[in-house]
Amino acid sequence: MAAYKPVVVQACPKLGERITQDTLYWRGYKTPVQIKEFGAVNKIDFSPVPPYNYAVTASSRIHIYGRYSQEPIKTFSRFRDAAYCATYRDDGRLLAAGSEDGSICLFDVSGKAPLRQFEGHSKPVHLVGFLSDKYRIFSGGDDYSSNLWDIASATEIISYSEHTDYVRCGCASKVNADVFITGSYDHTVKLFDARTKSSVMTIEHGHPVESVLLFPSGGLLVSAGGRYVKVWDALKGGQLLVSLKNHHKTVTCLCLNSSGQRLLSGSLDRHVKIYSTTSYKVVHSFNYATSILSLALSPEDETIVVGMTNGVLNVKHRKPEEKSENSQKKRQPAYRTYVKGKTYMPKQEDFCVSKPVKRVLRKYDKLLRSFQSSKALDAVLEPPIMLHTPEVTVAVMQELHRRGTLRSALAGRDEKQVDLLLTFVARRVIEPRFTPVLVTVADMITDIYQPVVGQSAIVDKQFLKLQQAIGKEIDYQEELLEVLGMMDTLFATFTKKKDTCLEDNKSNGVTEIIETNRNY
Amino acid sequence: RRLFPRCRYLLYASGDFVKVHSVNTEETLRLLGGHADLVTGIQLNPQNHMQLYSSSLDGTIKLWDFMDGILIKTFTVGCKLLALHTLASAEDSVFVVIPKKGERDTFQLVSVKLTKGAGQNLESNELSVVLDDVGASMKHIAFGREGSYVVSVKDVNLQVYFFKRKLLNRFSLSTVKTKGGDNRFSCVVCHPTEDCIATGHADGKIRLWRNFHHRKAYTYSALHWHHDIVMDLAYSMEGTRLLSGGVESVLVQWHNESSCQKDFLPRLGSPIEYISMSSDGVLCCTLHTDNRLSIINSNLRFSRSIQGLIKSRDVKTGLVVDPRTKALVLNGEPGHLQFYSLQSDQQLFSLDIVQRQYIHQAGLKQSDLVKVAFSARGTWLATVEESEELTDPELQLKLWFYHEETQSFTLNTRINTPHDNHITDMCFRDMEELGDDSTILVTTGRDCVFKVWVMVEDSDPEAHQNVSWSCDFVGSYHSYQATNCCFSEDGSLLAVSFEETVTVWDSLTWDLKCTFCHPPGNIRNICFGRLTCSKYLIGATDYGFLCCWNLLTCALEWSAHLNIVILQPDPLSEHIAAVSWLSKESSLFVFKPSEPRPVYIQRNICKEKILLAAFVPRDEPEMISSEKYLWLKKSQLFFLTDTQELMTLSTKSLEERLTPSSKQLAVEESLPVTPFSLLLGKHRRQQAQEDIDFGKPVVHNKQEQASPAVKELLHTPAHVLPSASFLCTIFINSLLISKENK
Repeated sequence: MAAYKPVVVQACPKLGERITQDTLYWRGYKTPVQIKEFGAVNKIDFSPVPPYNYAVTASSRIHIYGRYSQEPIKTFSRFRDAAYCATYRDDGRLLAAGSEDGSICLFDVSGKAPLRQFEGHSKPVHLVGFLSDKYRIFSGGDDYSSNLWDIASATEIISYSEHTDYVRCGCASKVNADVFITGSYDHTVKLFDARTKSSVMTIEHGHPVESVLLFPSGGLLVSAGGRYVKVWDALKGGQLLVSLKNHHKTVTCLCLNSSGQRLLSGSLDRHVKIYSTTSYKVVHSFNYATSILSLALSPEDETIVVGMTNGVLNVKHRKPEEKSENSQKKRQPAYRTYVKGKTYMPKQEDFCVSKPVKRVLRKYDKLLRSFQSSKALDAVLEPPIMLHTPEVTVAVMQELHRRGTLRSALAGRDEKQVDLLLTFVARRVIEPRFTPVLVTVADMITDIYQPVVGQSAIVDKQFLKLQQAIGKEIDYQEELLEVLGMMDTLFATFTKKKDTCLEDNKSNGVTEIIETNRNY
Repeated sequence: RRLFPRCRYLLYASGDFVKVHSVNTEETLRLLGGHADLVTGIQLNPQNHMQLYSSSLDGTIKLWDFMDGILIKTFTVGCKLLALHTLASAEDSVFVVIPKKGERDTFQLVSVKLTKGAGQNLESNELSVVLDDVGASMKHIAFGREGSYVVSVKDVNLQVYFFKRKLLNRFSLSTVKTKGGDNRFSCVVCHPTEDCIATGHADGKIRLWRNFHHRKAYTYSALHWHHDIVMDLAYSMEGTRLLSGGVESVLVQWHNESSCQKDFLPRLGSPIEYISMSSDGVLCCTLHTDNRLSIINSNLRFSRSIQGLIKSRDVKTGLVVDPRTKALVLNGEPGHLQFYSLQSDQQLFSLDIVQRQYIHQAGLKQSDLVKVAFSARGTWLATVEESEELTDPELQLKLWFYHEETQSFTLNTRINTPHDNHITDMCFRDMEELGDDSTILVTTGRDCVFKVWVMVEDSDPEAHQNVSWSCDFVGSYHSYQATNCCFSEDGSLLAVSFEETVTVWDSLTWDLKCTFCHPPGNIRNICFGRLTCSKYLIGATDYGFLCCWNLLTCALEWSAHLNIVILQPDPLSEHIAAVSWLSKESSLFVFKPSEPRPVYIQRNICKEKILLAAFVPRDEPEMISSEKYLWLKKSQLFFLTDTQELMTLSTKSLEERLTPSSKQLAVEESLPVTPFSLLLGKHRRQQAQEDIDFGKPVVHNKQEQASPAVKELLHTPAHVLPSASFLCTIFINSLLISKENK
């Protein structure tokens, strides 16, 4: 004897992006805070020490924001022209920035006036950074040179003029105090060692390099330029590991998350993509209102700050972890009562009597089991089911249709119920997975309630809505067919050559057969 | 079939045999064979409950000792017996239903006086008519309390005959159909202790008749639950409970006639045909239309079931052999796939494919299984189900993966609407050397395309299964309907037939390689040759041509004018079996594609149209001496005819197959090995052997010049021989060129 088989609810694969751990993680941010800056935001840098303030360079100012502040807590505005690349030192106490006039300023984060000024570049300086020994600064300028400066004496230690175009980005190694890299518009990334007179390694990126990044281990190097993000193995002499082409406009900024597991890239195409650094697949993607110029992630991924071309600073804070222990009031039975006897291991001579598993049936299944069609339909027309799991409603409708009782289940309903039913049908009939069933349902409803049309304004309105929805869908499908036809002609031109050869083959075969027939 | 549960044994008639089943172990204990035609009724001897009467269409009543499986007596009546009843009060007579002489479709109930005599075979010609114009079925006649009256129903008439008073009362219901109801009688049963008759009707009502001693003052009350015909009724031993069953496949137990209190045992699987109570009232047994017996406890608890080969109305799936179990796979219960073991004549298991509640109601369009395909090693199973609607069928393609741990198939992928119209054929690419990853599935549809489905690895590590199937290629040819598909043995070529044309595709690039056709006539079947003949492609057309094309030269090698219905290649050899249907007889041709001359021809293999055939690989190659049957060495050929009978071709003659088993039987029974016991054993085994082939006609193709039976008969001293009448049938049988042992 077979048990009652519940109605099969057709599970549909979720269209669009798949929910993964990553999507859940990266979705866990609050709605962004927008802060208007004076110009395009070209650099955002987080202080490496708590409370993780961040410096935003835009136009001729450097603003320092606190973690949750929407107003700058400090401003450096002693620049005559645009400031670039305000960067914190590892201890978070010094801040260096380049400027349009070619000078580099060094600030104390608590002070106001620059502590030092490094003069030497003849063109704007877009790149400033601290080496990991904290006592030296490297810089890159539009005069194609990259220099190394001593903080204490404010003198230039060495100047490399190896690039043949503007030097716009760079990064210091965290493991070696003498090593830093610079990327330039001459399509190359160069690795310098402060102890040598010339560059140690040159990597050809293929596009003007907009941003470079070194992994914390120092072994991997990431460069962004053009539409590409490329990952290189620095220890293998600059071998290309992987080339990512996920943006459709120039990639402007790169950033690693605090664990080093994810790589973020921002682009002029308004997207921030997050890659896994193990598989180099895009695991998540954010989109923003305008083109992105700079991007920074605070330690522990607490905050994502994105600077855009229109001067808007977009700050997203992580939602606090949800506390699930709010149902403390209701006293549950002690844990012991649940686990009592559960751990008992049956001995060899014990005779086990298993308790029959009680099958839990949904309400509509219980009603269908006892052939109560109308009530089963009522059960699935309840708002929670109808709104959140329309597939259940449709599955039950289909089952009723299969049993031949759909018509009687639909009939004999009052205005309110018909309204509910029609709302559902009009809303869902255009979904391809529901269309075949709901068209039948709509047909039946029209048949059944035709005599009473005009008696209720609400029902009439719903009928009109249904008509509109179907009309719209028909137009849409026609358009799609047109597009399909166009594509078919395109494809036909591509495969024309092949077809003719097939025709040859076929005619050969046929004639041969005819010949053999004659022979036979 | 009629069943008869006792406390420990369940007896039922199956074909020409009576089977004795143990209720507790579900095993067949004995097989009582001896009737030459269908057994129509069995009844326990009311005087001796260890004995059993059985009646058959061959006009004999046999008395058996069913515990030991011994035939005690045979009474020859001389006309077709349609039903059998016994009565405790009538000691030396039984009641049978026979056709009335001179009139068609009219039957009468007669009592047969069983002559007492010493011999085994007796003539019983003393017939006395009890009731005229009765229903032919067993269910239409019932004997009342202590055998004082007999009731018979036919159409809308009820007849009660009182034996003592010799009084016949007739009652008839009005033929006017009220509210579309059809109140014809379908079955009748009498209360064991009271004067009460319960009748079942075609409109689902059960009527309880009382006071029927009076012609006018009779009364009846109605019980109504069934929505369709009441197939059978049964009273419990005390008469307190009434059981009824019908097409709803729900067993209903009515407690009290007045209060309409009832219990149900729902979802018994298929319509109930017979209900029978055991003599002690503990067990109840129902027989279902799908060849199944269910044993039910007295408190309406389902106990166990005995399942034979399910005969479904229409075997749409074809005969498929499961490569893993070598079981025959075909449609079973609605929406199920049955795995039927040929060796043990048992259903191995039934796989629920549709997974929907089946509603037992006429006129519903419920989806059923139409196509089945196994991959080479049986790891994948593909099934297609569709609803019965002709236009816009609701199609589903399901792919099942065999789980080694659970030893069953689990659903892996479900594809809704794989084609826009009916799927006509489906096949897997069998490439064992490349492993499972290369497995691909091809489906052809009436929507003029064929589709190629491949396994794809799921990149998402969190998904609970790592492979799923998706469409890889859609091919079509001049918008003709695709009808058949077939892969070559090495899997490199795919042949798809589109109406009149066979197209051959490269399975790597999906390029069309070449086309063949043999106008006029659509292609009905195609298959590739195997092993040494792998360069040939065989096709059969509507217009009665069998063609063999050479794939290397792209030319027709040979063709023959034959109306081929089935083309079945043997998976283990290069032979191909073709069954033709011409002027109401089926013929079998076995040939190698390389030679136009058949290896083997069997004309007129059976009268019915053969619908399906399958080669089942043997467990071990059989030693076959005869040149003619070499093709049966590695596999066995099975046929399914349109009357749902399963047949096979056997190479050995009857006697050869019997000798080893009869010896075994003789030892088992520890009888003295006399020629008589050998003969008797042989006789019994012969029937048993036939039943192994599912109790259906066995086709034997070999005639022995001197059968051992005859030899034995001639060499045994006369004084130890059994009676001549017993030996006669064996002797005659051994002389017969046996083709149909019906």
